[in-house]
Amino acid sequence: MADIHKLAQMFKELDDQLVGCMRCGMCQAVCPIFKLSGKETDVTRGKLALLDGLASEMLTDPEGVNEKLNRCLLCGTCQANCPSGVSVMDIFLKARAIMTGYFGLSPAKKAIFRGLLKNPKLFNALTEMGAKFQGIFTKKVDDMLGSSCARFNAPIIADRHFNTLASKPFHKIVPELDTPAGASGLRVAFYVGCVIDKIYPQVGEAILKVLKHHGVGVYLPAGQACCGIPVLSSGDTDTFDTLVGMNVDRLKDGEFDYLVTGCASCTSTIKELWPHMYKGDSSRTYDIGVLARKTMDISQFLVDILKVEPKELAGGKSVTYHDPCHLKNSLGITAQPRTLIKAAGCDFKEMTDAGTCCGCGGSFNIAHYELSKEIGSRKADNIIASKASVAATSCPACMLQITDMLSQKGADMSVKHVIELYADSL
Amino acid sequence: MTKEAIIKEFEAIAGADNVMTGETDRHAYSYDAAVLDSVMPALVVRPTTSEALGAVTKLCNDNGLPLTVRGAGTNLSGGTIPHPGGVVVLTNGLNRILEINEADMYAVVEPGVVTAQFAAEVAKRGLFYPPDPGSQAVSTLGGNVAENAGGLRGLKYGVTKDYVMGMEFWDVNGELIKSGSRTVKCVTGYNLAGLMVASEGTLGVFDKIILKLIPPAKAAKSMMAVFPSMKAASETVASIIANKIVPATLEMMDNFTIRTVENFRGAGLPVDAAALLLIEVDGHPGQVADEAAVVERICKENGATELHVAKDAAERDAVWQARRDALPALANLKPTCVLEDATVPRSKIPAMIEALEEIAKKLDLTIGTFGHAGDGNLHPTILTDKRDKAEWERVEKGIDMIFDKALSMGGTLSGEHGIGLAKSKYLAQETSKGTLAYARRMKSVLDPKGILNPDKIVGAE
Ligand SMILES: Cc1cc2nc3c(=O)[nH]c(=O)nc-3n(C[C@H](O)[C@H](O)[C@H](O)COP(=O)(O)OP(=O)(O)OC[C@H]3O[C@@H](n4cnc5c(N)ncnc54)[C@H](O)[C@@H]3O)c2cc1C
Ligand code: SF4
Ligand code: SF4
Ligand code: SF4
Repeated sequence: MADIHKLAQMFKELDDQLVGCMRCGMCQAVCPIFKLSGKETDVTRGKLALLDGLASEMLTDPEGVNEKLNRCLLCGTCQANCPSGVSVMDIFLKARAIMTGYFGLSPAKKAIFRGLLKNPKLFNALTEMGAKFQGIFTKKVDDMLGSSCARFNAPIIADRHFNTLASKPFHKIVPELDTPAGASGLRVAFYVGCVIDKIYPQVGEAILKVLKHHGVGVYLPAGQACCGIPVLSSGDTDTFDTLVGMNVDRLKDGEFDYLVTGCASCTSTIKELWPHMYKGDSSRTYDIGVLARKTMDISQFLVDILKVEPKELAGGKSVTYHDPCHLKNSLGITAQPRTLIKAAGCDFKEMTDAGTCCGCGGSFNIAHYELSKEIGSRKADNIIASKASVAATSCPACMLQITDMLSQKGADMSVKHVIELYADSL
Repeated sequence: MTKEAIIKEFEAIAGADNVMTGETDRHAYSYDAAVLDSVMPALVVRPTTSEALGAVTKLCNDNGLPLTVRGAGTNLSGGTIPHPGGVVVLTNGLNRILEINEADMYAVVEPGVVTAQFAAEVAKRGLFYPPDPGSQAVSTLGGNVAENAGGLRGLKYGVTKDYVMGMEFWDVNGELIKSGSRTVKCVTGYNLAGLMVASEGTLGVFDKIILKLIPPAKAAKSMMAVFPSMKAASETVASIIANKIVPATLEMMDNFTIRTVENFRGAGLPVDAAALLLIEVDGHPGQVADEAAVVERICKENGATELHVAKDAAERDAVWQARRDALPALANLKPTCVLEDATVPRSKIPAMIEALEEIAKKLDLTIGTFGHAGDGNLHPTILTDKRDKAEWERVEKGIDMIFDKALSMGGTLSGEHGIGLAKSKYLAQETSKGTLAYARRMKSVLDPKGILNPDKIVGAE
């Protein structure tokens, strides 16, 4: 193993950011992981202290630090509430990159990230094959939620109730699109994202329906790759650069006013992380900046730009809303999705703690399923207590997690993306 | 006993999951919110029952292990920085509210209950627990008692000590000591519960605390007054009190803090103002209306150039948001932020403010001042970067000068943050050599092996 002194040198680069933490401990009030464990290593202050400890060579156990560092949802709640304004997400992502540089990527991640994500064609082919054969391995548990669980004891699946791969992914339904602006006079690029593409194609279809209804032209280039957040949160900055590059090259030639997505994580990744974390070919920097500025969550686009308004008479089905961390904490978008639900004529019911993380956290859910489940289970309790019949949200990853949690509790509700509700009302 | 054997014993008492010996875990309990060097403990233990807490205390004593109790670790005086090779005892596994008695207006809690959560539970039952330190969203009631924490409502409602009716705590021999009661009046034996207030973990380990509750005020009114000088603002403070009005809150901000807060949130604060007073009166609706009118008049008489009375809950919240933003806004300016709490008699506030400005100029330091004007508790906040050695030396000198000044005016070293490690060296200066010797003698009898949070308050001998 490379020597620890070298590692310390790398962490010293974070020094200017680390000193910003005044160790007030206020992050204890908001961190979902700390709420469960009560351990200082699980809260931001502790994690920052560990990184500082490595940088100042007070610590000799980088593996231990890495393990604690990964017990984090990257939900950004701490950063949104830090009185000192510490750029926690930036520090954590950089620290993960340094750690991955030091320890290397696990063989499984290497295979998935570099073999699969970098190669969208292969990724698509494999998941399509998976969709055909998954019936053999899974059994239906809840028709309403459309969830399934593992038929055999597969360690990575555990007792999850997951949504299965769609039989026909979105890119098969709509491979590409380039339509002129209609009544609105606007054109948007549509970035699909892999969860919508492979698991919830109906969300992508709902978005197209809504855009068409409002007379918005759509630029949807084929061959979009993953936005890169999963690889970045695992510290794989090389693959991140490749994926960003692939996407930018697909998108930059289109003419459009905004870039919309239906995935909270994709939105915040394109808006904040692409410009900030991309270290690849600098000739792309300009386009990345332009794209980032144009990027919007679909409900934000509808409400802020197209001025969609709530319906006077609600009385439709009762709906509650979960704020995805990536919309609320990184982009401060909370009002627009609620407006959209009301615009769909639904009876909106606010749940307790709508803004706390659902516990998914991407690969966190895989590495720390028990923790993830405990956090998600509280979310599900709040959803059920709202007495709504539909749990809506703006992030397909949250939809997966919430579906799993509600299904495990046998809740009699459906999980929808807000755009599906709105599309249904048109 | 060998180290391994001792760890086994801790595990037998608290459960293996609740004993942490790894380097990363120990490092995460080596600091608190004070700007001081961290010290790694040898072991961290998290008892989840009262009996385990007592047994852990005794085990430490039997083996001569220094013991530092830790609530949320938000104290600003180094009170939870462990002694080298010592044991950190966490209280966040002891976080049950055991009783809220509405008829007799008291509550019984374990020490790890978070202050704001407790206040919210109490409010749900139509009662009120006033102490509200700025850290209440995370601080623990045990930590509040051990520091005698105060808050924005200190002026009218007092501080934590005014709400401690009784207490049970473990002594070093693992005996449960009881003092005070559930009755409003109680003079049974020494006031040991009183002795535990502000003891910062040096005299006993709190197990259960009985807290007084009161009925909430029926109405409240908040206002913000703008002044052309700190002198005018502090004379207003004196005049309000002289007119026999005790506002629930009476907070002050200097120009530097006002400008910083405005940059931070852009809420429309008057950036040219030399000083701001944020005032809230509460009580019966009639009384509130009367008092608000008098306060308004006094502000104007003392030269307030603007006066803004909050019309509704949202405006009221905006007033307090400005005050809540003071620390974060200042903290954003520079990497290190040293929050002091030198306190002077109310009448000395103008002189103290002047002295702070002189110190800042003389040592070329950035100091923002805000604080609880109503009770003379100021928070001069020094902004610096502790990595800048030369400046840091000047900061340390500045702190010495601030305390010298406060003491020379009949003030005190700490209004609410405690002495801990940070200020133990000044203790004799405020009190006397004899006082320090008395305190040390008392401690040496109650804690003969000196295991309870060594070095804090009375210093190392
Ligand atoms: C942003 C911020 C704002 C703050 N605002 C205020 C304020 O407005 N007013 C104020 O007074 N303080 C304030 N503080 C300081 C601090 O929050 C208080 O001193 C608080 O009471 C500490 O509580 P804690 O649970 O964090 O205790 P800790 O910091 O964990 O411990 C404090 C002391 O109590 C001892 N202790 C804790 N539990 C026990 C126990 N069960 N038995 C014996 N000893 C025990 C510890 O050993 C230590 O000496 C602030 C701090 C921050 C960071
Ligand atoms: S809230 Fe911010 S400054 Fe305070 S301890 Fe947490 S990360 Fe550090
Ligand atoms: S990002 Fe979320 S999980 Fe991670 S430390 Fe911050 S609040 Fe906790
Ligand atoms: S954020 Fe998630 S769903 Fe969206 S593209 Fe990235 S990996 Fe796929």
